[in-house]
Amino acid sequence: MRGNLAKAFELTNTQVFRRAALPKSYTDLWGRKLFLLLLTIQGLGAFALITLGVMLKKNRLARNVMGPRIRQEITRSGVALLPMFLFIAAALGFLVIGQTVSALARVGATDYLGSTMVIVVVRELGPLLTAMLVLARVGTAHVIELGTARALGEVEALEALGIDPVHYLIVPRVWGTMVGIFSLTVYSIIGALASGYLWAFLQDVPLTPGEYFKQLAEALSWLDFALLALKTLGFGFFIAIVTCYHGLAQPLRLEEVSRVAVRAVSQSVIACILLDALFILLYLVT
Amino acid sequence: MSETPNPAAIEMRGVSIGAMRDVSFIVVEDANWTVASGEFWVIAGQQHSGKSDFLMLTAGLMTPVEGSCRIFGRDTRTFGEVELAERLRVGLVFEGGQLFNHLTLRENVALPLQYHRNLSPDTAAAEVQPLLELMELAPLADITPANVSGNWLQRAALARALILKPELLLLDNPLGRLDARHQQWWLRFLDRLWRGHDWLGSRPLTLVATTDDLRPWQNAQLKFGLLHDKKFSPRGSWDNMEASNDPVVKELQAVPIGETM
Repeated sequence: MRGNLAKAFELTNTQVFRRAALPKSYTDLWGRKLFLLLLTIQGLGAFALITLGVMLKKNRLARNVMGPRIRQEITRSGVALLPMFLFIAAALGFLVIGQTVSALARVGATDYLGSTMVIVVVRELGPLLTAMLVLARVGTAHVIELGTARALGEVEALEALGIDPVHYLIVPRVWGTMVGIFSLTVYSIIGALASGYLWAFLQDVPLTPGEYFKQLAEALSWLDFALLALKTLGFGFFIAIVTCYHGLAQPLRLEEVSRVAVRAVSQSVIACILLDALFILLYLVT
Repeated sequence: MSETPNPAAIEMRGVSIGAMRDVSFIVVEDANWTVASGEFWVIAGQQHSGKSDFLMLTAGLMTPVEGSCRIFGRDTRTFGEVELAERLRVGLVFEGGQLFNHLTLRENVALPLQYHRNLSPDTAAAEVQPLLELMELAPLADITPANVSGNWLQRAALARALILKPELLLLDNPLGRLDARHQQWWLRFLDRLWRGHDWLGSRPLTLVATTDDLRPWQNAQLKFGLLHDKKFSPRGSWDNMEASNDPVVKELQAVPIGETM
């Protein structure tokens, strides 16, 4: 319990660097930045492993408490964001897909429509855009809520009651963000593909719905579905870990919470882009 | 792990304590202290003398920088997953309550029961109702902490600490933020807990409270300790405190400055 958080914090006591005197040279500055980066990676890795361990070890513990908390987080990261995502999907369809369809039609390349849609929407834009929006709406809230709870001593209160803060506070957020991003990505992709065709139809592009969906179906393979699931779950896991780590793992004062929230968002974006790059490599290899 | 037949409730040997926020900053050095089961101790100290850190360490929320701290014979370093049952023998009331703001008072009190016994919300609510009534919290039970005054928050925090029926209760400056009426209620209620309350099956409770004002704690049966200048010193009974010429003790008793000379 306390050990879980203490381990992650002890490994990454970046405050030593952050509160140190100004660097005397560029070498000193870059050296510090490198150390900070390494410590942050180490801390995030440790926190991720600890969280995974707790998720596996305590998956049957206190179900009457944890079940509603996980459902609540799924609602917050998924269901509650659905109206916004339907709008985003429609806008994405109109702005990107509709234009792509009409441009391909002008040059007589509608045969490439399916593969273009799959690459643009299913593999890249859908998951990444969803992850960024969930990060903005829910990830920042994680940092602020947990940072405030930490600053107000609620985490110590949980520990005093024998309740593991990682289990009670982090695990529901990890499940919520993972399931939320996965579900919203699926809805976004379906919505964007449908609204994109609608836009193309309004522009009198010579493409029947049957041909459009046949091309999409031919361009999609089982690997797309598998990697889409893995990628979105991965985005959710990383966003939850990075935001919760910054909110909880380090003791904060109230005035530090907003600064930490900005740092957590930047690191989450980088983590998602790196993960995305990894999946692009996987696509290229397979 | 070595266990004695009737271990002391608290046993500190050569304990140095780091501050909760920065462990490298030592707030107490070389503390030696033994609390037998059934004793009621009051630890006095000025503000920022390390009382809260001292109590957090006693509760097993921190590990000593040096030395060892044992609760009922168990080293607090092993508290947590391995010895959850041992942790639950200790109740802790934070200064200001530190209730969970997203839960109502009833849910706050019920949370430890629900979590450790996997009770449904309805069952847990029914189990906490007698304690809420006992502590006069029932009318406020469905309100969140943000809408309740500090007096009642502190009382809800006490209810939360008592719901699992601990054997050792630690209280961080429990009277510090209370008005006179609530202070009187607390002193009476703590006295009943110490002597054996029905809620605890008439079993006497071991109590340790910290304070920066000794005046409400004038009681010949209590034991006192002093935290000052990074040193912890057990001082014995109230008579010893009253007889002391230590200016810090006089200050904590709010004796007018002229009388300490």
